Amino acid sequence: MKPFAYHQPDQIPDAAKLLTSIEDSKLVAGGMTLIPTLKQRLANPAALIDLSKLPGLKGISDGAAITIGAMTPHAEVAASKLVQAKIPALAALASMIGDPAVRSRGTIGGSVANNDPAADYPAGVLGLGATIVTSAREILADKFFLGLFETALQSGEIITAIRFPLPLKAGYAKFKAPASRYALVGVFVAKFADGVRVAVTGAGPGVFRVPPMEQALSQNFDPSAIAAIKIDTDGLTSDIHAEADYRAHLVTVMAKRAVDAALG
Amino acid sequence: MQISFTLNGRPTTVEVEPATLVAELLREQLNLTGTHIGCDTSQCGACVVHLNGLPVKSCTLLAPALDGATLLTIEGLQGAPGSNRLHPMQEAFRENHGLQCGFCTPGMVMTAVALAKDKPSLTEAEVRHGLEGNICRCTGYQNIVLSVISGAAAMHAAAKGE
Repeated sequence: MKPFAYHQPDQIPDAAKLLTSIEDSKLVAGGMTLIPTLKQRLANPAALIDLSKLPGLKGISDGAAITIGAMTPHAEVAASKLVQAKIPALAALASMIGDPAVRSRGTIGGSVANNDPAADYPAGVLGLGATIVTSAREILADKFFLGLFETALQSGEIITAIRFPLPLKAGYAKFKAPASRYALVGVFVAKFADGVRVAVTGAGPGVFRVPPMEQALSQNFDPSAIAAIKIDTDGLTSDIHAEADYRAHLVTVMAKRAVDAALG
Repeated sequence: MQISFTLNGRPTTVEVEPATLVAELLREQLNLTGTHIGCDTSQCGACVVHLNGLPVKSCTLLAPALDGATLLTIEGLQGAPGSNRLHPMQEAFRENHGLQCGFCTPGMVMTAVALAKDKPSLTEAEVRHGLEGNICRCTGYQNIVLSVISGAAAMHAAAKGE
């Protein structure tokens, strides 16, 4: 790692100001992606702005929706009785991220801001139609994830929380890359009174929805309804782990398993 | 920068560069070499320590995160006097031959202790899920799983004074 300056602001506006005023500065939450990136010298920021001292970013609150503070670690979401009761699929998703040590440190805000194409949370956030709350505004999931590691966040904007509406039913299924435990393909399915949402991670350069599956499942929320729906391989990822056609195949398989999980 | 934390029960203050990893700080500055660095890419788990009671990979933790925190390393584990002061989980690894070369063992034990903290009776599936972030290249995991199941029971028996 190259040396960097380290800031630990204790107010969100101060953090936002540091982020815009220091050229080449980066926010660090749990650091589960950033620290390996620094160690490989894929990034050499001049300064890190540590979010851990900011007030009000940690914890889970109840209401018409479940709101999870950006600095809440995966382990806390996985173990939350509230999340397990209201959106069990989201607790299950959190329990599948990385390994216990990664779940102790990694945060929901960090995962969503980073928007890794194979991360789990983007599937849950898009699948549930969540709202990303930032220091400046609120952004719908459908407008937030813009592609490979790219989001709608502006410079100096900091995620403070994610707000999840409560589905009638939801499920997440993931085919793990065996070494990294990232999703080779992960599918989140959520049924609401006004329809079904299906979000896929791992298969392409960013999380995406599958309208034909959403329509079929809105008619009949059963794995058989989507068994014949194939995903176009155009734009899907081919790499050392899997070819695009295999990923396309896995989308249907994981979507069926996610519906099964939702039906409990 | 100066950071102060509790290390294995003792107040500790050190001067570090912000870009120092906790695994480096422990091994090179504080001479606690029980924490091992295996892959150095947060995959293998040989460097697991407990930060405020939670298992974390010290090769993927910046030293500033320690400021004000409580850190427990493998050196800080201990059992009852008279049992060679092995922690019940360490004793279980010895009894069950849960190691061969031993390189991964400090991380395995630290992950296992965290996993067993609230669970006296662990299933094989729970142990295997709990050890996903710890890699062993010798044992094939069978005896490690046995060690963790029996170590968890022993930890809680010891806590009850049995």
